[in-house]
Amino acid sequence: MRYDSLLESVGNTPLVGLPRLSPTPDVRIWAKLEDRNPTGSIKDRPALKMIEQAEKEGVLRPGCTILEPTSGNTGISLAMAAKLKGYRLVCVMPENTSEERRQILRMWGAEIYASPAAGGSNEAVRVAKLMAAEHPDWVMLYQYGNAANALAHEEGTGPEILADLPEVTHFVAGLGTTGTLMGVSRFFRTAKPDVKIVAAEPRYGELVYGLRNLDEGFVPELYDASLIDSRFSVGPRDAVRRVRELLESEGIFAGISTGAILHAALGQAAKAVRAGERADIVFVVADGGWKYLSTGAYEGTVAEAEERLEGQLWA
Amino acid sequence: MPIEVRIPTILRTYTGGEKAVDASGATLSALIDDLEANHPGLKDRLLDDGDLRRFVNVYVNDEDVRFTGGLETALNDGDQVVVLPAVAGGA
Repeated sequence: MRYDSLLESVGNTPLVGLPRLSPTPDVRIWAKLEDRNPTGSIKDRPALKMIEQAEKEGVLRPGCTILEPTSGNTGISLAMAAKLKGYRLVCVMPENTSEERRQILRMWGAEIYASPAAGGSNEAVRVAKLMAAEHPDWVMLYQYGNAANALAHEEGTGPEILADLPEVTHFVAGLGTTGTLMGVSRFFRTAKPDVKIVAAEPRYGELVYGLRNLDEGFVPELYDASLIDSRFSVGPRDAVRRVRELLESEGIFAGISTGAILHAALGQAAKAVRAGERADIVFVVADGGWKYLSTGAYEGTVAEAEERLEGQLWA
Repeated sequence: MPIEVRIPTILRTYTGGEKAVDASGATLSALIDDLEANHPGLKDRLLDDGDLRRFVNVYVNDEDVRFTGGLETALNDGDQVVVLPAVAGGA
């Protein structure tokens, strides 16, 4: 396939069947390979859309500085687009994220401001909001509340899946900003309302939930619970087990959060088998495993890997 | 009918520092009443005006109860209940 520039090659990712992980010929599992985007993750879609939208609205002009709280992938996508378009990028990133993510960001020219590990992305969001207030001339695209994030999936990810697999019955994705699930759901609620929308939310170690008080909790502004049918919390043990299973049985080398998503997808598959219903379950491979090698998730026993992930933001 | 309830760090002042406590109840609502009987004050941190607080998530066997009937979610022997504050996910 030919494109005029790298930015135009975002999206249109392959949807591949997983014959070995599908439990029966009537209950099939499909992987949407979002690691095939230019910087290797699904975040190229919302990052580019948020930038284009801000340019269209005149908020983002040549020479501007973009500020964003990110645990990695969105920052990497923004860094690539910012380099090509001539913007400066400042990322606020929790310090308990993998070294690979930081190296890649620096390579693309992003400046990294580390936020404390305790509190995870919550803390990154809080710090970024403070920095935005101190620098009114900077543009915070703010993926947790930017409608263009969800729109990228409503216009891209959702229609691509329906075109490739008209018989789709379930869509399973990770819940972070909630943009993927909100956008794809909005598309299907109109185009094929019986498609079940299932969220897989990573469950981290205690450090990440260490709020000073409950009122510091956070629900992304984009989140609308009515667009989701079920939501599962998946811990590092199941995520690691499944991400290894995906490689072992289907040859796909994915990031750890994809293991959590696959775990929820397989749960839906088992449910369909028990109910004697046919199902075509699409789940998102959010990125490849390369950026997480240093976390130790892919070596030793599952129990060892689980222990190494304690306290890390693995998704 | 003991059900294990995992308590987040921020609410352990109500459980004497325990990470997990046993409770019983045929529904989540009944379970929370039972928790309150043994750990006074906990109910008010979980509920606001008779519903789950905005920044409190409760999972039964890893599934978010807001999608399984809320406080009326049925519980069975051996179920695991996890209480977590809502925080920003990675992205």
